[in-house]
Amino acid sequence: MDPIERKFTLHVPSSTENLALIREFVSSIGTQAGLDETGVAELELAVDEACANVIEHAYGHDATKEVVVRATFDGAALHINVVDTGRGFDPDSVPQEELNRLVGGRKSGGLGLRLIKSLMDEVRYEIEPGKKNELHMIKRIKK
Amino acid sequence: MPNPFSVNTSLQDNLSVINLNGYLDAHTAPRFEEVVQSEIEAGHYRIIVNCEGLTYISSAGLGVFMSFIEEIRDQGGDIKICGLTPKVRQVFDILGFPAIFDLCDDYPGAVRRFAEAPVRED
Repeated sequence: MDPIERKFTLHVPSSTENLALIREFVSSIGTQAGLDETGVAELELAVDEACANVIEHAYGHDATKEVVVRATFDGAALHINVVDTGRGFDPDSVPQEELNRLVGGRKSGGLGLRLIKSLMDEVRYEIEPGKKNELHMIKRIKK
Repeated sequence: MPNPFSVNTSLQDNLSVINLNGYLDAHTAPRFEEVVQSEIEAGHYRIIVNCEGLTYISSAGLGVFMSFIEEIRDQGGDIKICGLTPKVRQVFDILGFPAIFDLCDDYPGAVRRFAEAPVRED
């Protein structure tokens, strides 16, 4: 029999000082979902990167805006949705520059997206122009 | 929620040592950036970043290393990174940082590395 699906939602003001709180939230859920220590650390970093992108790029550090993190898990996988209503962008349009071409730049140059794609099993982005942007990430739970 | 991050510097044997502790994320990375900038402005281009106390790093922290390394090497210096915990090291590895940065096991290793290869040759 499949375990009951569990759902959690966190709403926080769009400020980098809340990244630590977001990490605690997803770490706790990752542990409950049955991820091992490495899986929890990977989840924590991927969600941090996604939320930092929203705070810095989608909302431009406007703390009156809100970042929403939704988590759902069952016995097979943990689904995380990071939702914002700011400036959306298609992550597939961000060029994956060679690392040595990023040296000297003042921006981290897509390193966050690269990490998210490496750390999560599936990553999908949905943009509803003028309404919301949603980054959907899946981490499978190893038995 | 407190962000348990701290950074302090010292000058030892003509090397600038930056000790990082706690979480290095998009919130705390600007403090690290200011410290590296201060070292450069003081003319200190031989820098060891000791990460023994670093429990977490995100791309914002890694971006600080990326943004300064070229300028420091142009001045004949380098950044040697030491004391990475396995969790933090994994992030460096995923992004391919070992191809660009000198990563040393510990502080004495970083000091030795400066003696052997003051600037990394690629």
